[in-house]
Parts: sequence; structure tokens; C-alpha cells
Amino acid sequence: MTVSAQQRAVGAAPALLDVEKIRADFPVLSRRVRGDRPLIYLDSGATSQKPWQVLDATRDFYTRRNSAAHRGAHLLGEEATDAYEQARARVATFIGAQPDEVVFTKNATEAINLVAYAMSNAATAGPEAERFRVGPGDEVLVTEAEHHANLVPWQQLCQRTGATLRWFNVLPDGRIDLDQADELLSERTKILAVTHQSNVTGVVPPLAELARMAHEAGAMVLADSAQAVPHQPVDVAALGVDFLAFSGHKMLAPYGIGALFGRRELLDAMPPFLTGGSMIEIVRMEGSTFLPPPQRFEPGVPPAAQAAGLAAACDYLTALGMENVAAHEESLTAHALEALGDIPGVRILGPDTTKDRGGAVSFDVEGVHPHDVGQVLDELGIAVRADHHCAWPLHRALGVPATTRATFYVYNTHAEVDALAEGVRYTKRFFGA
Amino acid sequence: MQFESMYQEIILDHYRHPHHRGLREPYDAEVHHVNPLCGDEVTLRVSLKDAGSEPVVADVSYDSLGCSISQASASVLTDLLIGKPVSEAMEVHQKFVELMQSKGQGEPDEDVLEDAVAFAGVSKYPARIKCALLSWMAWKDATARALDGTATA
Repeated sequence: MTVSAQQRAVGAAPALLDVEKIRADFPVLSRRVRGDRPLIYLDSGATSQKPWQVLDATRDFYTRRNSAAHRGAHLLGEEATDAYEQARARVATFIGAQPDEVVFTKNATEAINLVAYAMSNAATAGPEAERFRVGPGDEVLVTEAEHHANLVPWQQLCQRTGATLRWFNVLPDGRIDLDQADELLSERTKILAVTHQSNVTGVVPPLAELARMAHEAGAMVLADSAQAVPHQPVDVAALGVDFLAFSGHKMLAPYGIGALFGRRELLDAMPPFLTGGSMIEIVRMEGSTFLPPPQRFEPGVPPAAQAAGLAAACDYLTALGMENVAAHEESLTAHALEALGDIPGVRILGPDTTKDRGGAVSFDVEGVHPHDVGQVLDELGIAVRADHHCAWPLHRALGVPATTRATFYVYNTHAEVDALAEGVRYTKRFFGA
Repeated sequence: MQFESMYQEIILDHYRHPHHRGLREPYDAEVHHVNPLCGDEVTLRVSLKDAGSEPVVADVSYDSLGCSISQASASVLTDLLIGKPVSEAMEVHQKFVELMQSKGQGEPDEDVLEDAVAFAGVSKYPARIKCALLSWMAWKDATARALDGTATA
């Protein structure tokens, strides 16, 4: 069965993941911490752990076929090029795209910057880039719920070009206030950049619906899918987005590799962001021309070892089945919402059910600062994140300076959720809260 | 547990009952410092008075949002520095910074640092050093600005 068919299998109930078997694939999970306690890693939203299969793929590349891809008149060069381009094809299949619509980047942050800079570089590019130009009177639309990676580049784009930044507000449960769409989406809107899954509240906005509305207004749509591609089945055609960004390190793959999906027709017309070798067609001292996409957006020697790691991660997740991954996380999230929700003085940000809500559970403990909560949990072997999670405006909108956040992935268990809840109760007792 | 060396009773006490808390007038300089990693912030005012040959820290007032370590540290700072000549206060500041950078190996001078010796345990937790230093860096900044103002008056 192809990946997309498996993902869309009708009537097939998701199977439970064999978590014990999965955990054996992750060497770091056997670490003991803080007084010889087992590591309970609940910070996959920040970065995920890596299975042997991914580590082996990267190591295999370096030990057997390391060479600079797309250059070299030798066998290793051919093998490295094959490895890189096959990785591209496997990553494309994972999100339902064509290979030439997948640009390898360092991460989601770089992918988003790529689009933002293409839009300001469009000012001095050829006529084909007209549709990317923004200036005074044009609008860039984001939301209050964005991670800084999908906010700051757009603020900077507006500053560079004189365009206006506008944004959806969030409702008290963290969902985006879609009632504002009529007012915010107009013929002045050039692009809507929106989170696919919030790294704070877990909220999954109705992306296909938003894309439809944005397209009706004549705007492009970019999805920040850093917390979506690792955790739920993603099909770019079904979503209807123009661009989609994600990071390898959040989906069991190495740091330093991520991807931008862009519709072919758009990538064809976009000017490059970072320039240099590998992305050029003809170079003279007086000026240069550039290759077609995706190469146009991939300067420098290709990160083939990292790409091999990302492709291995896609294979690993495909073997588990993304429907199953999502179901496993939904089960843990529901458990966490209940177990933490039961603790007096604990306020969980975001919706209180798992409907259209993924596995980020950020919470405030009355009378105890998140730093202190995180410190006590750390002492118990539980790794969480405690700050604004690179979503400072979202925290302000929801009325807290910072929260403690637990995020779940394929290797987490219900026992770990119980330990988290018990740890929070212990923290409250310790601080007399 | 090991972290109890950081969360000593003195620190928790200052956290629950912070000394000299609140923003007061008069003041010579006010600063706003933030720890961008965690969102802790402090607004701190310094009031100096001339006492013979050199300025003295008349008052340090503050308002802050932060963790137990950052709040307790601000409270201890006010106890230690209010009333001291600026030059002596700067020495205390230096000793506290050294203690924070000592990686748990420091042997703090209790005569100089008094309650602040309780923060020795914080130096074993690199992520919390900035918490302990937030108000101290703010105080140093505000004092420098206050002194500049005096110099140009």
C-alpha cells in the first residue's frame, strides 16, 4: 500500500503502537538522570529523540558513500547524489507532494524565511515575480498563536517593504477567532501564514477551510507544520496550501535538515533567498542565472547525510502509520488533560478535549512559577519545557507570562503521564501551593 | 534530593515574603530587564544619596514577575545593598556574581554575602544562574545610570 493510501484507509481503526518495542529503538531513553531515575522525556515539542534506524542512516552515509552530491566525476559522487535525491522523493511522498516541490532547508524557521525573503527580493527580480511583491497598502496576515518562527520573519518582511502586518486573535481556548476572517482577509492580503498545530495549546486550525478563504481573497497560504508533520498524517493536496514548512529534528531526524513544500508554479516564479554555489545555472563576473526549483533554493553542498536521516525518519514513521501515531498521542493527551485538570490550581491552556487538538499540554500551576515546576519535575527525571515556548504573544493573549509544557510522541507511555501528574502534585506540596 | 541544596529555606522564605518589594519614589534611575529565554522580568529603581565623600544606596525598589530564584534574589539584594556606599555595594555585587559562576565549588564569604550565601546551590544549575542574576544586573545597570546622571548634574 502506498503511504497516502494507508493514510486515507477508510474504516480502518488505528492500531495501538507497540510502545515498548518502539522505545527499544531509542538509545537515549535508557539514560538514568538526577539520582539514578529513569528519563521521562516529555519535551519532543522542542526536539524529538532519534531511533537507531535514523542514526544508522546518517552514519551509513558517512561511512560508505560520503561525497558532495551533484558534483564529482566519481562513483561516490553518484551514490551521494542518488542518496540525496532519493531522500527528497521519500520526504515528498511522506507529505503527498512531488519531489520537485520539496526544497531542503536547515529547518522550518529557514523555510519560512525563504518565502518571506523571496517576497522582498521580488521587488528587484523579474516580471515573473510580480505576484510575490508586497509594499505599502499590501497586507501580510498571521495569527496571535504563532511560534516566533512564523511571526518574526513576517514582521521583518513588512518592515523591509512597507506592507502592513495584521493578525487573527485567539479565543480564550486558544483557537483562532475565525469570525475575524471577513475583516482580515481582503484583496489587500498577499499571504496568510498560519500554524498547522500550535506548539503551546495543541490547537489544529481548520487549515483547508482557511486556505480556501485565503485563495478566494487572492492570497497565498503558508502553513507552519513543524508540530504537524511529525504528529499527524499530512497531505498537501488535501490541505490546499501553497507552502508548508517543517523540521527534521522534531520528527526523529537529525538537526540541520528540514523542508519547504511549495507548489511548483509558485517555486518556478520565486527569486532565491540564499545564493551561492549549487543553485546557479550560468555564472559570469557581471551576473548569474539560477537553476529551476528546487535546486534554485538549495545553495552550498547538499546536506546529504542529514537528508538521508530525514528520509529514514519518514520511513520509520510510515512503518508505524501516521494515523496510529496521531491516535497514540491523542490517547496520551486525553489522559494528561484529565490527570492534570484534576489537580486544584492547575490551569491548562487550550481546548480541554482532544478534538482538533494535538499533543502539547501547557499549564500554569497557581502559586508556582513554571521554572520552579520544571526544576522539581527535572529532579524527578521528568523533562519538560518551562517558558513561553517561543510563542510569547500567545501567552500574553492567554494571560500568563509563561507555562510548563509537556509534549508527547511515539515513545511516551501512559505511565509517564501518571508520573507527570504525580510530579505536579509533589511540586505543589513542596512550594506549599 | 539534590535540588534541595538550591531551594533552601532562606530562599523560599524570601520568595514567599519578599523584602522591600514595590516601586517607590524618589528614584534616580529605573531600568527594565528581561530574561528572553523564560519571560522573567524586573523593573528596578535605584535612589542614591550623597553621604560625605561618596554616594550611598538610599533605596532599591522593584516590581517583578519571575520564578522563586529570581524573586528571592531581588529580595536578598535589597537587604544587602540598601544603606551601603555604592563602592561597597559593587563589591558585594562582584562577590555574588563570582558565587553564581562557581559551579558549586564556591566558598562564599558569609560576612559579605549574608543571606545570599544560600544561593550557592543555584550555581550547580546553569539554567537558573540567569534567574539569580537578573535583579543584580538590573541594579548594576540602574546604578550606573544614576551615577551618570549625578556626574552630569
